[in-house]
Amino acid sequence: MASDGTAKLSKNVLRMKFMQRGLDAETRKQLEEEEKRIISDEHWYLDLPELKEKENFIIEERSFLPCEDLLYGRMSFKGFNPEVEKLMTLMNSQNRTEDVEEEEQNKTGVDVSDEEMARRYESLVGSIKRKFTKKRNRPAIQGEDNVNSNIRSPKIKKVFLKPQD
Amino acid sequence: MLCCVKEKIGEAVLPGDLLAFEIQKSENKREKLICGPGLRRDGEDVFVCKSGILRHKEPNLYWIDLQQRRYVPAKGESVIGIVTAKSGDVFKVDVGGSEQASLSYLAFEGATKRNRPNVQVGDLVYAQFIIANKDMEPELVCIDSCGRANGMGVFGAGGLLFKVSLGLVRKLLSPQSEIVKDLEKIFPFEMVIGLNGRIWVKAKTTQQTLIVANILESCENMTTEQRRSIFGRVSENVL
Repeated sequence: MASDGTAKLSKNVLRMKFMQRGLDAETRKQLEEEEKRIISDEHWYLDLPELKEKENFIIEERSFLPCEDLLYGRMSFKGFNPEVEKLMTLMNSQNRTEDVEEEEQNKTGVDVSDEEMARRYESLVGSIKRKFTKKRNRPAIQGEDNVNSNIRSPKIKKVFLKPQD
Repeated sequence: MLCCVKEKIGEAVLPGDLLAFEIQKSENKREKLICGPGLRRDGEDVFVCKSGILRHKEPNLYWIDLQQRRYVPAKGESVIGIVTAKSGDVFKVDVGGSEQASLSYLAFEGATKRNRPNVQVGDLVYAQFIIANKDMEPELVCIDSCGRANGMGVFGAGGLLFKVSLGLVRKLLSPQSEIVKDLEKIFPFEMVIGLNGRIWVKAKTTQQTLIVANILESCENMTTEQRRSIFGRVSENVL
């Protein structure tokens, strides 16, 4: 590109982006080095020891809450304010659940007793069964339930009866 | 005066005492240590800054059980405040601290910009500190993190408000409090205890309210036997 002997382009012009393509490897390296030197000359740094973050092993706590297991501040006794009494048991049990959980592991926190569940399922069996039978078969199930009122035998198959003329 | 922590637990300490934690020095990987109220950290040392009894809770929590009347707001504590002023978006609430706390009108259950809570100057509020440090104005809220009131908010139609020491309040709120257990046997009543030393009591009649208030106030400096005898006399009269 650049013919010998003719006017040379200045360094600054050569450093421009669009001039980079035409440069040969050696001049490019030279330019880069020069650039690096300029940058490092311009780069200042403070002659200080490195700032290290010291890990703190002591934490300050200003509140008594984590220290003592304090109860909920609203209290009501002997049914004076039922609303507060409900809240009181709720809030106080919330705080204590973590401790109680370990004790009650064998109890597995039963909400519904076994008997209650059995009674519930007894009635449930019927209604679920009804759900899965077709409407046509429903009277059959009802017939099973009350054996005494055996009005229509479930065995009889319904057939089309031709009307008589 | 340098003293070993292990020996001092349960004993009286004085401001200026330096506590030494030998657990930290022996182990290579150190555990974090929490110093509660009454203790102050200075670099790597822990100083006592209030006189009282040194207490310890597993695993590494130490604090001073102190008897003071001056309340210093701390984050998360529930207190009884008196609304002293309404100024635009916030209520100013007196909690007994060095500065009045601010309580936003939006920090109530169900409050919106349209639907302002009905709070008047002079009302009592049971509220919780959400901001409390020595450099900023303390801020109260009347809702928990889920936006529910949980008993916080304006309360106290009728009833009596009085002030006791902070130590007594903590004694009343501790789960094995004998005073409360004895009190609840006497007659039906309601009580709100703020960690700032304020107690609000309400019973069926003014006389009963006063009885409860007087008993609580005198519990401050009574031995267990003295308290028992008073409770006995009161319950005789009531029944």
